[in-house]
Amino acid sequence: MSNNKNETNVFNKSILNTQVRQDLEMERTDHMAYLPDMEVLDSGIDRQVLSMMESYDPASYTADDVKAALNHDMRGPEDFAALLSPAAQPLLEEIARTAQSETRKHFGNSVQMFTPIYIANYCENYCIYCGFNCKNKIRRAMLDPEQIEKEMKSIAATGLQEILILTGESRSHSTVPYIGEACQIARNYFKVIGLEIYPLNSDEYAFLHGCGADYITVFQETYDSGKYETLHLSGHKRCFPYRLNTQERALMGGMRGVGFGALLGLADFRRDAYAAGCHAWLLQRKYPHAEIAFSCPRLRPIINNDRINPMDVHETQLLQVVCAYRLLMPWAGITVSTRECARVRDNLVSIAATKISAGVSTGIGSHSDEIKEKGDGQFEISDGRSVDEVFHDLLARDLQPVMSDYIYV
Amino acid sequence: MTDKITQTDHDPFILGGHTFTSRFILGSGKYSLDLIRAAVEQADAQIITLALRRANEGGPANILDYIPGHVTLLPNTSGARNADEAVRIARLARAAGCGDFVKIEVIRDAKYLLPDNTETVKATEILAKEGFVVMPYMYPDLNAARDLANAGAACIMPLAAPIGTNKGLCTKDFIQILIDEIDLPIIVDAGIGRPSQACEAMEMGAAAIMANTAIATAGDVPAMAHAFRLAIESGRQAYLAGLGRTLDKQASASSPLTGFLHD
Repeated sequence: MSNNKNETNVFNKSILNTQVRQDLEMERTDHMAYLPDMEVLDSGIDRQVLSMMESYDPASYTADDVKAALNHDMRGPEDFAALLSPAAQPLLEEIARTAQSETRKHFGNSVQMFTPIYIANYCENYCIYCGFNCKNKIRRAMLDPEQIEKEMKSIAATGLQEILILTGESRSHSTVPYIGEACQIARNYFKVIGLEIYPLNSDEYAFLHGCGADYITVFQETYDSGKYETLHLSGHKRCFPYRLNTQERALMGGMRGVGFGALLGLADFRRDAYAAGCHAWLLQRKYPHAEIAFSCPRLRPIINNDRINPMDVHETQLLQVVCAYRLLMPWAGITVSTRECARVRDNLVSIAATKISAGVSTGIGSHSDEIKEKGDGQFEISDGRSVDEVFHDLLARDLQPVMSDYIYV
Repeated sequence: MTDKITQTDHDPFILGGHTFTSRFILGSGKYSLDLIRAAVEQADAQIITLALRRANEGGPANILDYIPGHVTLLPNTSGARNADEAVRIARLARAAGCGDFVKIEVIRDAKYLLPDNTETVKATEILAKEGFVVMPYMYPDLNAARDLANAGAACIMPLAAPIGTNKGLCTKDFIQILIDEIDLPIIVDAGIGRPSQACEAMEMGAAAIMANTAIATAGDVPAMAHAFRLAIESGRQAYLAGLGRTLDKQASASSPLTGFLHD
């Protein structure tokens, strides 16, 4: 393979600072090659996703294609492609109304509440846009089991019943047994446990499922292999196909649900969102029992680079993507993170999103005053509302907050 | 006429040895918890379903806190993907004080939410032996319904259409077969979108109706609950009254074709 060392392969120039510019000149490994101990899947879904994305031309769709997609009872990738296209933007009001109707049909007015807990921020990857990246000089920390328990106790006191455990992507610091122990502690306080950690092999997912976790979220960041290569300069995460097949390995390991997401603003957001939707859609066909969820993160500023922004993904485009996901898979969960402000989040859950975090801090040890050695956060949040505030704001919008929506059996 | 009305007045709905007067089983999902009481009252419902996974005892938004005390709880096993998971959820429901009624939902299809009849039969057999009043949600298949009856089900709950679609009696002919052939109450569950469809199912001889989405997504939840109640009562009365003759394409001829026969 050839490494494109110049900057033209990076769409979003706001990511670039002096350090990154220098590092882009370094020699890099083959991002398509699996590393030792990585489980290799040959299911073909990865190839199908990339092939569908390759042939997707957003500019080829017309308003009539969009209207036809809206009129369909069940929608497929072709409808999804139209709904994500520039031709759909003038029809966004109509799209949002249809999306809202589908959301109500499948979820009523229920909105699930949860919060993330960051238990470690060590990372071995060099992803040039991420605050946790191994080259970024931030305060690193990793909670021990006692500290994890303190944090979880504080979170449970807010009334939440669902927690999402996050680590940086460091196998050597945040080992699988360490994450398993965190899940076992969480079982004492929460009914639903999700994970947002580095990709694992299917037997490791089976182990963590046994510890109490039952859904995982992994963002592909971008499905464009060339851009991916330029954005992830070193570490395990550099292996593009291993990350792409993560959700399938998790399902093989017995996880109930899997979450998908492209980090909007890294590359061509329409093609990335299209690939993420097709990825989920294809896996749902193969694993009909799987509970599918989408996240719709936009790029945010990080510590030591406050210039980073989501480029051409404005609120309008974000809403378009959220609605397109809803119309492709009306039964899927959609999460809006605190990367967005309260106004945007509240409106998105009124239309199409079904899950919202509250009382969020992306730092390490930030839920408990007793923990003195704290670690820095992954990105700057835009919605700092407490659990109680989000709960009441949902009620005020005639939405029903749901604390627990699953029984681990 | 008076006799017929009297008949409906003494028309108890018997389910698993328990007697009810209402034939409307109300769902509690997809709408605001503070509307549940009004919906129950307007529906005159005596049984309400709840997803055990929504129970949050001692915490906020606990559905159990909103259900009136006089109503029989019908916990469902939603979230179960196989018989084993359904059995475990049913046992958790009983341990949580939700009583002996359980609606079995085994679903391993996230898109259409269609029930798995085979796994449902397995769960029914286990739970019936443990003394549960088992109410299995199923795809209307006669053989599966017979298996459920033999496994100890208290009723059969065939779907009219996929859950939440409000598409009405898509499986009408197959539900009629169950009504005609199975000696258990047939409770039409899922897909009923309008009071008129509930009424039609009751006219067919369904013993009761279970509805949720049609009410939950209505503009006025309690008012729609009331409309369903009236429709269900009306359909039941029509069934008991005996539906009148309907004319098919070839209406009864005043001069029969066989009128010439002399022998």
